[in-house]
Amino acid sequence: MEQLQQMARELLERQQVQVIIGYEAGSEANRRRAVFVRRAEDVSRLIFDDACRQNLATYLLKPEVLVLGKIGMVVRRNTLRSLMQYAVENQLADERVIAIGIGEEGGPRLLPNFAAVEEYLAQLPRGPSAAEKAELKKMEQLVMEQRWAFWREEFDRCIKCYACRAACPLCYCNRCITEVNQPQWIPVASDALGNLEWNVIRAMHLAGRCIGCGSCADACPQGIRIDLLNGLLAREAQQQFAAEPGYGQRKDYALAVFKPDDKEEFIR
Amino acid sequence: MNSTVIGRKLTKAANLPQLLKRLIGAGQQVLAPVRQGERVSFMPATDFSAVDLDYVQSVCSAKEAVFPRHEMMMKFTLTGKDVDMKPVELTAKPTVLFGVHPCDAASFTTLRALFTWDSPDEYFETKLDHLTVIGLSCAMGDSYCFCTSLGSGPGDTRGSDILLTRLGGGQILVEVLTEKGRALVASMAELFTAANGQKKDDHLAKIARRFDGEKVKAQLPERFNQVDLWREQSMRCIGCGACAYVCPTCSCFDIQDERQRNSGERLRCWDSCGFRLFTLHASGHNPRTMQSERWRQRVMHKFSYQPQRLDVWGCVGCGRCSRGCPVDMNLGEHLQQLAEL
Repeated sequence: MEQLQQMARELLERQQVQVIIGYEAGSEANRRRAVFVRRAEDVSRLIFDDACRQNLATYLLKPEVLVLGKIGMVVRRNTLRSLMQYAVENQLADERVIAIGIGEEGGPRLLPNFAAVEEYLAQLPRGPSAAEKAELKKMEQLVMEQRWAFWREEFDRCIKCYACRAACPLCYCNRCITEVNQPQWIPVASDALGNLEWNVIRAMHLAGRCIGCGSCADACPQGIRIDLLNGLLAREAQQQFAAEPGYGQRKDYALAVFKPDDKEEFIR
Repeated sequence: MNSTVIGRKLTKAANLPQLLKRLIGAGQQVLAPVRQGERVSFMPATDFSAVDLDYVQSVCSAKEAVFPRHEMMMKFTLTGKDVDMKPVELTAKPTVLFGVHPCDAASFTTLRALFTWDSPDEYFETKLDHLTVIGLSCAMGDSYCFCTSLGSGPGDTRGSDILLTRLGGGQILVEVLTEKGRALVASMAELFTAANGQKKDDHLAKIARRFDGEKVKAQLPERFNQVDLWREQSMRCIGCGACAYVCPTCSCFDIQDERQRNSGERLRCWDSCGFRLFTLHASGHNPRTMQSERWRQRVMHKFSYQPQRLDVWGCVGCGRCSRGCPVDMNLGEHLQQLAEL
């Protein structure tokens, strides 16, 4: 933590960045919140531990944050992958952010540009953790009726507050499909059909892009396991299209690429 | 804030299953706090064993009993250029809200103030008329509760038809507050005995007063233009609607038509001033471009505009918005900061 604070202090003092976005203590012992440190004397507010889960990349598209100047950001592995995906989707200019990589793999270390992030990520283990794999496997083993029952119960609790969308770095559309009403793609009501369509369509839009940070599920006030849905789709995208989003700058992610030798006939 | 107590009775915790059964037997839908894992929700209860009265707060409020997340207002069919509109029949299931805390009970008076402000809202009023509120004083709170900072408290009677307070030893004080409440008690009189001077104060949660709500209210108009203040408070806000949707007093809705070819339904669905789209004009202009302006609106509405115009706080201090916020915005803390400026 001291190292992290020292690094942040130097970045601010040398005016390499105007703000450090990191984590600080929250309302309760087990809660953390984002903090925007602009003065070197405030770096002592920065903390980092396992409870710092929010994917801070989502702030990189927020107008109030962008006007603060150059950004230093405390980033876990998942957040780094979001930065890479932003690079791929042309949402973030190179060197707009100086990443301070930190997490179970060590750190803090300064990653001043996309190339550095890419190189760093290349050394880290890939794929879901053992616990995540076990959960996905459990889902896959359910027969169709059981799976349907599971998701129906989950989506039953959805109140369409769109916390999942707001928390997700990759849900950045200026005009979300749920707000398009000519035609009305998603039923407006927060009922069985409206909730199902919202959650499923959102998941489809993230297939091959979602980097699995789980911020959607963490954000859901109703505790809906949206991360599982995205996880299953990520696995599908990986198996079908070798999609491993957020590891490189090459603009070839599954949803945006056309290949003449696509195995599906309808698209050829 | 309290209502006049028009009757005082005693009952036993052991009588509550019977009370629930009698209500259901009388054709009432009973909504009660039901625990599922870590979450408590108000759900139709058919059996007392599913009811959990030892909860601090449910995730979502009980406002859905009178203000559902979506509601049909009318149906329409189109024939050529003719539009045939059919109103929906205004009916409501007789419903008893069982075991809501005083903050939630009070929220119904807040909602009523708003929904009947200019012209009566029949959709709302029909449901409220069919609603009986059996409140339950709080025996515990948590750090998110701030009812006392807004002049309310864990044993307040406002909004309840009857209020139950557990006195220990399985004994429950029953305060009867409305004619509806009196009728309910009379309909199952054998479950109640006369009270003789029992006091509830020692059995209520201690909710620390964190700030002076009146002071916040008085100062808000001059804070409106303190742009930095609002920007600092809301820097981490991500602009979702979780706070508004779990809030017992947030009452904004959007009216949308859902059309299939030549017929359709007009629905009203919850909306939130936290959304960018909330104020987006058809021209593309948005008078609230920044999240900080939306956050300010939320605070101003609840703690300045609504008290000014309707003489009632737009907040009951239940703390749900802060428990449920994905980024740990903490309304009590932000108000405290305003009070201490």
